[in-house]
Amino acid sequence: MATLELKGITKRFPGVLANDRVDLKVSSGEILGLLGENGAGKTTLMNILYGLYGADEGEVLIDGEPQHFSGPGDAIAAGIGMVHQHFMLVPVFSVTENVVLGVEPTRGAGVLDLKKASAEVKEISHKYGLAVDPDAVIEDIPVGLQQRVEIIKVLFREAAILIFDEPTAVLTPQEVNEFFGILRSLRDAGKAIIFITHKLKEVLEVADRIAVLRRGSKVGETVPAEATEAGLAALMVGRPVELVVRKDEATPGDPVLTVQDLVVLDDRQHPAVKGISFEVRRGEIVGVAGVQGNGQTELVEAITGLRDVTAGHVYIGGKDVTDASPREIHEENVAHIPEDRQRSGLIIGFTVTENMVLDGYYSRPYSRGIVMDWDEARKRAEELVEQYDVRTPSIELPASTLSGGNQQKVIVAREFGRDVKLVIASQPTRGIDVGSIEYIHERFVEERDNRAGLLIVSTELDEVMAVADRIIVMFAGEIVAQYQGGSVTAAEIGLAMAGASR
Amino acid sequence: MTAVATNPDAIPARTTAEIRRSRYLAITYLVLAAFVLFYFARWSRDLGNFTFSLARPTDPSLPDLTLSTGRVTLFCGIALAVLGGYQLVRGFGRRENLVLALGLVIFIFAFLAWATGQSSLGAFSMVGMLKATIVRSVPITLGALAGVMSERVAVINIAIEGQLLAGAFVGAVVASPLTEPDDRLLLGAPLGSWVGVLAAVLVGMLLAWVLAVLAIRYVVDQIIAGVVITIFVGGLTSFLSLRWLAENSGLNQAPIYKPLGIPLLSRIPLIGPILFDHNIFVFGAFIFVALLTFLLFRTRWGLRARAVGEHPKAADTVGVNVYRTRYLNVILGGAIAGFGGAFFTLGSVGRFDENMTNGRGFIGLAAMIFGRWHPVGAMAAGLVFGFADALSQTLGILQTGIPSEFLGMAPFIVTILVVAGLVGRARPPAADGQPYVKE
Amino acid sequence: MSDRPDGAADSPGFIEDLLGTRLDWRRAVLVPVLAILLALMVSAVIIVVSDIDLWQNPSFDQLGDTLDQARDALSALFIGSFGSLRAFSSTLEFGAPLIFAGLAVAIGFHAGLFNIGAEGQMLMGGMAAVALGITFDLPIYLNLPLALVGGAIGGGIWGGIAGWLRAKTGAHEVVTTIMLNSIAGLAVVWMLSTSFFQPAGRQDPVSRDIATSARLPRLLGFLDRSDLRVHFGIILALIAAYGIYWLLFKSTIGFEFRAVGANPDAAHYAGMRVTTIYVSVMFLSGALAGLAGMNQINGLLFRASPGFSAGIGFDAISLALLGRSHPAGVVAAGLLFGALRAGGLDMQVVTDVPIDLIAVIQALVVVFIAAPALIRAIFRVRTGEGTGQVTKGWAS
Repeated sequence: MATLELKGITKRFPGVLANDRVDLKVSSGEILGLLGENGAGKTTLMNILYGLYGADEGEVLIDGEPQHFSGPGDAIAAGIGMVHQHFMLVPVFSVTENVVLGVEPTRGAGVLDLKKASAEVKEISHKYGLAVDPDAVIEDIPVGLQQRVEIIKVLFREAAILIFDEPTAVLTPQEVNEFFGILRSLRDAGKAIIFITHKLKEVLEVADRIAVLRRGSKVGETVPAEATEAGLAALMVGRPVELVVRKDEATPGDPVLTVQDLVVLDDRQHPAVKGISFEVRRGEIVGVAGVQGNGQTELVEAITGLRDVTAGHVYIGGKDVTDASPREIHEENVAHIPEDRQRSGLIIGFTVTENMVLDGYYSRPYSRGIVMDWDEARKRAEELVEQYDVRTPSIELPASTLSGGNQQKVIVAREFGRDVKLVIASQPTRGIDVGSIEYIHERFVEERDNRAGLLIVSTELDEVMAVADRIIVMFAGEIVAQYQGGSVTAAEIGLAMAGASR
Repeated sequence: MTAVATNPDAIPARTTAEIRRSRYLAITYLVLAAFVLFYFARWSRDLGNFTFSLARPTDPSLPDLTLSTGRVTLFCGIALAVLGGYQLVRGFGRRENLVLALGLVIFIFAFLAWATGQSSLGAFSMVGMLKATIVRSVPITLGALAGVMSERVAVINIAIEGQLLAGAFVGAVVASPLTEPDDRLLLGAPLGSWVGVLAAVLVGMLLAWVLAVLAIRYVVDQIIAGVVITIFVGGLTSFLSLRWLAENSGLNQAPIYKPLGIPLLSRIPLIGPILFDHNIFVFGAFIFVALLTFLLFRTRWGLRARAVGEHPKAADTVGVNVYRTRYLNVILGGAIAGFGGAFFTLGSVGRFDENMTNGRGFIGLAAMIFGRWHPVGAMAAGLVFGFADALSQTLGILQTGIPSEFLGMAPFIVTILVVAGLVGRARPPAADGQPYVKE
Repeated sequence: MSDRPDGAADSPGFIEDLLGTRLDWRRAVLVPVLAILLALMVSAVIIVVSDIDLWQNPSFDQLGDTLDQARDALSALFIGSFGSLRAFSSTLEFGAPLIFAGLAVAIGFHAGLFNIGAEGQMLMGGMAAVALGITFDLPIYLNLPLALVGGAIGGGIWGGIAGWLRAKTGAHEVVTTIMLNSIAGLAVVWMLSTSFFQPAGRQDPVSRDIATSARLPRLLGFLDRSDLRVHFGIILALIAAYGIYWLLFKSTIGFEFRAVGANPDAAHYAGMRVTTIYVSVMFLSGALAGLAGMNQINGLLFRASPGFSAGIGFDAISLALLGRSHPAGVVAAGLLFGALRAGGLDMQVVTDVPIDLIAVIQALVVVFIAAPALIRAIFRVRTGEGTGQVTKGWAS
């Protein structure tokens, strides 16, 4: 029997109060769902619980005893096990090596006993129904299996209290169900479980109790029987939330993007996109749904010129751009909001102004020949910052000083701030606060109504369903289904995402 | 049942880079073949025989290898042409690198045959050259091992050159006053020399500690920190060398470690003198390679160290102390580098000269990359560079008419070819060069 | 994705510093000055501690003598660099090639490339200038520009090789440039033994003298003092510094260089051709170093001999770091290092303290600059951030 209690936990970072006197409690044989938006303080709270941070005020109690964790080692020793959102697995190590890292069985004088370790991993694997090959190398096994390894890791350390941070981000709806099954069996085996998520449906389905965090404080606690999605959403955000983007019927026109029999290889020279064809027309939003890793990234890279096309064609506005460079495609009035904004969309060290002209610096009016015209650039930056509501004290500050949402707005401003006929957006609202998400979705609809065609690729099924007029589903590099928006359920799409409809 | 990208139906296609490399290799073989045939073989027709001595002059247990220059070069040229043709048409697949090594060996053999044949000496000591290969590879291997230790925990150590130089200086300066010409020897050197070696190891560790502090605690860019330390050591050793050693030669006269023949093994014909008759530095290098391999891949300590180098956050979350692991490994690497530095003086010439390491530390870094961050690979790479060094010296003795400066460039050019991927690309530890900052 | 909630800003990095948008007098002036002072103090300690006479005959008298030597050394350092017209002339004369080489390294840093090859690039540029200078005897207004072009191209090609290797094969420029340094050194020795370069009748490796019309004119020639050797090179260096400043911050090319240095992925994404830029940057960097070499040949030595680069290329690394890669900083740091060289010579002559101490001082200054936390700990001042991560490890 174990009871975990957090009392009055407070944590400050420079300029931000991440946790504000948070109280939580969870007991053996119980699943507590911790709900909150990105930035609400859930991960910070859990990192404190796990010993990665220290709390400024408040205490952590296990079975009534106050705990002092100077690091994860202490937390692990106290029986707390954390399954992280971003897997903490060493890619080049095997499953066994990852599981035993830090608590390795040895044969005297520090010599590893991997055979024994392997056997123990197999045992846990069978006991909890988490089948996995102990000698497989992590980077070669699929994401769903990697998650199992994370779970085995915590079970190996005999954790009594398990914390799962956004565990379903990389799973299909079917895998999510399997995962819930595992959660329930762990609960029934007597574990205390904290399940952190921002997905309302999941928490309603599997949790025994629900706590909601908003801006660092706990703003509500309830049970699924007494909660509704809308109610929880309002708690999470602090005001009534539009769960569906408001838009009129689409009136699509001519095709602006045509993809024909496209074949694209991934970094390991395997086909990631296997001969797909589709089109996006002016005035419509096409959403691409699918679990991460089914070729969407490579598809977008191929269309935007960042990756070579092995076979097939891409036409934009009727022009063959299959082998065009990113700059040429950009000049066809295509806007691209990249998947990893910090890596590809922005230069963190550059100022807002410099980022605003990242795409257009090489031609008028921002430069003449090789001479930059910074006055023009600054003028433009001021305009766009105003227009797109980017919160920053000055356009001469580096982009690193902006929040994630505002950084994304800079990218959106830069891309939309000119005449575009095609918009390609990858995971456009990942890691962004709800207010900014709403704003960006509204901009998408606005562009659509201005006769642009949009291709939105997102692993968030909710986003795709909310924003798209037409939905295509990618699985294993192929298009396995197409639907009209509004005429299909999440469950159906989920089946397609898992390849079940083939 | 999961939805993933790795498609079981996919046939791993060859990357365009691989195809290009295959073609370059084929062309290389054919070019070498042409060179051998039209230059060596043609000019060798008038030359008589050449002789590779396989035994030591004092121990002629093996006959010399005397062959006709013309026939040997012809044969080698044809062999290379065959390799080139096969590579072009079919390729060698997985054995590509092995064949490359073979091709190079054939070419060098032909080169040596021709060089010996046309030289007035007519013969040269193969044993001597192979032995020199081993000896010259030692500082490079040790430098590479120091690099491996450090980079396996993701700290780039450009200061190896400085650590070697410091070790050389301290070794000489400490050992010289503590030894007399007629001291009793312990495993090849008097006690005072051992103190010198210890001092060299300590100074290597000290410099490594400085690097670790700068890189880990103060988050200074690791490459900058390494370069600065090297510049500092270069300046300081030259400064002290002029200030102290110019007038006090007693501080710069250390006995050189004598070679120790391992009792039975050193008598094996051919291999014996090459492998088993060296001083403790050479044996030390071999021992360290074996020791490090064992430690890195078979112990708990090694697993954790490698985890820190690949994914420090993951290691941190399971309770491994990332900072302490990094410090420890970098300092141990420094110890090895200090030992390697002592080789330059105590293991080689017995006297310190300014900047005597002459870039060996950087070649050691290249050897580490070449050896794919594995101790055994580091040794193999060190041997390759040692061979280039020994070869250039041999060619100098044979008076081939190639200017000595060009021969001296050999190790540097080989290094460039290596890091340019002549032997394919290697993957460093994933977190290499990135400081780990806990939030 | 960050563990921290949105709103917490990341700490300012290296780049803002260079743009001057957050020009902080503490960082720009106080830290370097304190660093220099600290380095000088440490060097004085080194002088004292390394005095063998003191260890062999310890006594207070001896200690007094040693302290005197240290004091004399440091004062010779100052006087030799700023204490007279000749000193100033020496400082400027040494400063010119240092500024060129410093610009070379600095421009590499801006693009995220670490050019350790300035030595070799200087040698190649210098040899090109020599080759032109001994072949052509044109009037000065043709011969000098020719030498400039030759020096730039010679160094540029040498740097370009490393850039090309980096672009095509991902070979890290730290290793390749160091190797190219050694290769250049050997190549120079060989070249100076060929009949093209070597004067008739000489066996030692040295070149013929360049034409008189290829010499950079002396600035103070009208004073008719042969010890005032400062020449036009310093003017060229200052012009180059301004040119590089303009290039980096006012031109599209510089914008691309800086983008690639800050984030090659985003730069590629924005349509910039990263590999071409790597080659261009290394070529330009090599060209600047080549001009440093030309400066030495045509302004000072008038002939080539082995090792005429005299460690300037290595000093350039420290000075680029000291100047935080900004052209203005490089000029200041270049003049400082020039002063150290000029003063160091005097120091060696007057007090017998070897000039290699200068390298130690320079390395110390850089360490203190790169880790202002050290200065903070010692002097208890607020200093802001250090250089942080500038380069990117081996993986390209």
